[in-house]
Amino acid sequence: MELTGAEITIRCLQEEGVEYIFGYPGGAVLFIYDELFKQDKVKHVLVRHEQAAVHAADGYARSTDKVGVALVTSGPGVTNAVTGIATAYLDSIPMVVISGQVPTSFIGEDAFQEVDAVGITRPCVKHNFLVKDAKDIASTLKKAFYLAKSGRPGPVLVDIPKDVSNQKAEFSYPATVNIRSYNPQVKGDIGQIKHAAQMLLEAKRPMVYAGGGVILSDAAKQLTELVRLLGAPCTNTLMGLGGFPASDKQFVGMLGMHGTYEANMGMQNCDVLLAVGARFDDRVIGNVGHFNSVPRKIIHIDIDPASISKRVKVDVSIVGDVSNVLTDMLAVLNSSKQKPEEAALKNWWKQIAEWRGANSLSYKNSSELIKPQYVIETLHKITQGDAFVVSDVGQHQMWAAQYYKFNQPRRWINSGGLGTMGFGLPAAMGVQLAHPGATVACVTGEGSIQMNIQELSTCKQYNVPIKIIALNNRYLGMVRQWQEFFHGNRYSHSYMDALPDFVKLAEAYGHVGILVEKPSDVEGALKEAFARKDDLVFLDFRTDSTENVYPMVPGGKGLSEVILAEDL
Amino acid sequence: MRHIISLLMENEAGALSRVAGLFSARGYNIESLNVAPTEDPTLSRMTIVTSGSDEVIEQINKQLNKLVDVVTVMDLTDGDHIERELMLVKVHAVGDAREELKRIADIFRGRIIDVSDKSYTIELTGAGSKLDSFLLAIDHSLILETVRSGASGIGRGERILKL
Repeated sequence: MELTGAEITIRCLQEEGVEYIFGYPGGAVLFIYDELFKQDKVKHVLVRHEQAAVHAADGYARSTDKVGVALVTSGPGVTNAVTGIATAYLDSIPMVVISGQVPTSFIGEDAFQEVDAVGITRPCVKHNFLVKDAKDIASTLKKAFYLAKSGRPGPVLVDIPKDVSNQKAEFSYPATVNIRSYNPQVKGDIGQIKHAAQMLLEAKRPMVYAGGGVILSDAAKQLTELVRLLGAPCTNTLMGLGGFPASDKQFVGMLGMHGTYEANMGMQNCDVLLAVGARFDDRVIGNVGHFNSVPRKIIHIDIDPASISKRVKVDVSIVGDVSNVLTDMLAVLNSSKQKPEEAALKNWWKQIAEWRGANSLSYKNSSELIKPQYVIETLHKITQGDAFVVSDVGQHQMWAAQYYKFNQPRRWINSGGLGTMGFGLPAAMGVQLAHPGATVACVTGEGSIQMNIQELSTCKQYNVPIKIIALNNRYLGMVRQWQEFFHGNRYSHSYMDALPDFVKLAEAYGHVGILVEKPSDVEGALKEAFARKDDLVFLDFRTDSTENVYPMVPGGKGLSEVILAEDL
Repeated sequence: MRHIISLLMENEAGALSRVAGLFSARGYNIESLNVAPTEDPTLSRMTIVTSGSDEVIEQINKQLNKLVDVVTVMDLTDGDHIERELMLVKVHAVGDAREELKRIADIFRGRIIDVSDKSYTIELTGAGSKLDSFLLAIDHSLILETVRSGASGIGRGERILKL
């Protein structure tokens, strides 16, 4: 039977089992919206800004193992979506963004609401398509979903001109997809895996460094088993938190610029480093020269060959899906008669215990001023460590990463690679919609929240009862911190004057707002907020405005060149 | 070091810009780049001449392979290969220079493919260095126009880049 391009588009989404689509209508997508209206399998969430649609789809994808889907119109719809797409790209999040385009006969004429969507998004998508004929929509969307989810995941944009969405074509959704130029290697080379296993067994000071790849590949179980079998310390990147249980005694905390002393010293001083689904980025290993100045053997497992030996030369590279590779590595280790060297490990742990003794995450609580770290610790306590914590970008993000101890994967949702302020609220919306009964906390700052605050309206429309934990220090805190450390205390435009009354603002949107000004009120306020299961509660915590994030490895420095709180 | 990388990619709109965009976004050098369809009309073959450290070249190869439109990549520099470039040079050819230019073109096995009373257009193929030498051999002030295709390359013998 012949269907219109718009009908085909919606049918494809239904075939893919898409539950939610986040979007905003406009001229070029009117036919698609018309078809959305006529069905109820795919639920559409009307956001208030296209950036939020993409972040919401992103949060939905991160907290499940599904592909997030967003729908935007041409021109400004697409340009507004770009920040969201780039955010998903940098963190390898599976996503399909459908954008409307001006009719094919208008393309290139600078038509109303025309932008070259494929051109504008090219550097920040895994792949993109312009569909020029309705008969190609089904096969293109099939490819888009496949590309988004397989290999190293990422966002895929499908641009559909208005006339194509109204053109008729025969519909059949392909059962399989074959792209001759795209064959990601998912199974690791067994020879390399055996070689790596042997190196790990012989290591005197082994260290496991695991990133977002563990989460994306759903390999937390295998990772945990491997780390326990090796008896090695394990650190997680910002993207990898929850990939290994934070409460486990072998967990040494997050590493990197604001990582624990023991994690960073362990990275610097280990003799065999196993990197799993992580990419040695600048915020993680600091200065490359400094990192390479000490000898150690590196084993790198990653699905993307281009991530291997990009910044750091490695000794053993294993290209494959983390989950498959770890399963194979466990089988090799379990069948080996050799066990890790106990005496050496004992010495290594003695050294780690010494570094742990620095107690690098300690902070001085106050009875006068609310310490942001205390808010996060209390949040952890009140939610019993079982919430989905979605963060924005800045100091609060680092505190949430450091003090909310994640024991499960997909519970920590943040923009790690791009560092997108404004990500938190819409992403939390996507998380809550994916997990209706779950506890979802959006940890944010007064800077970040204002970048997408309009989504409070969307939350009202769809009854999304997230809890917003705003650590309001009246400063763009991370900028202020760098200005204090590196720019002679010249706080150039990092002070937020004329902030709104967030309580009233929340109320204006139909939600509940609570102002918290005293440390003694923190716990009570959090309890009250989380007791209101059906309400969105905006908690405005007036925190200590001068608090800094420690430890800190300044940009360009090495992992052992760390500033601890007590150094100052 | 200079590398000549050959690749097959889908003959689709936008594929070229993905490759070009990759080089500019990641700050890789392009000395020359050429592309045209192959005997299989669904495939285009591209030859890129670039330079960089071993690490950079490794990344270029990996990043090219990562592009969904790129079917297969071969660094020709890794083995025996032949490299050719086409050059068309239009020169001012009057008086004594007319004979001299013809003689030099013959030495370089160039062909004169267009003649006017004031000019010759000389066609020359060879390795890039041969074309450079020809330009050095003639009087620079006589050159009116130079068109170079950039290098094309192919592996020797059984070294074949095909699907």
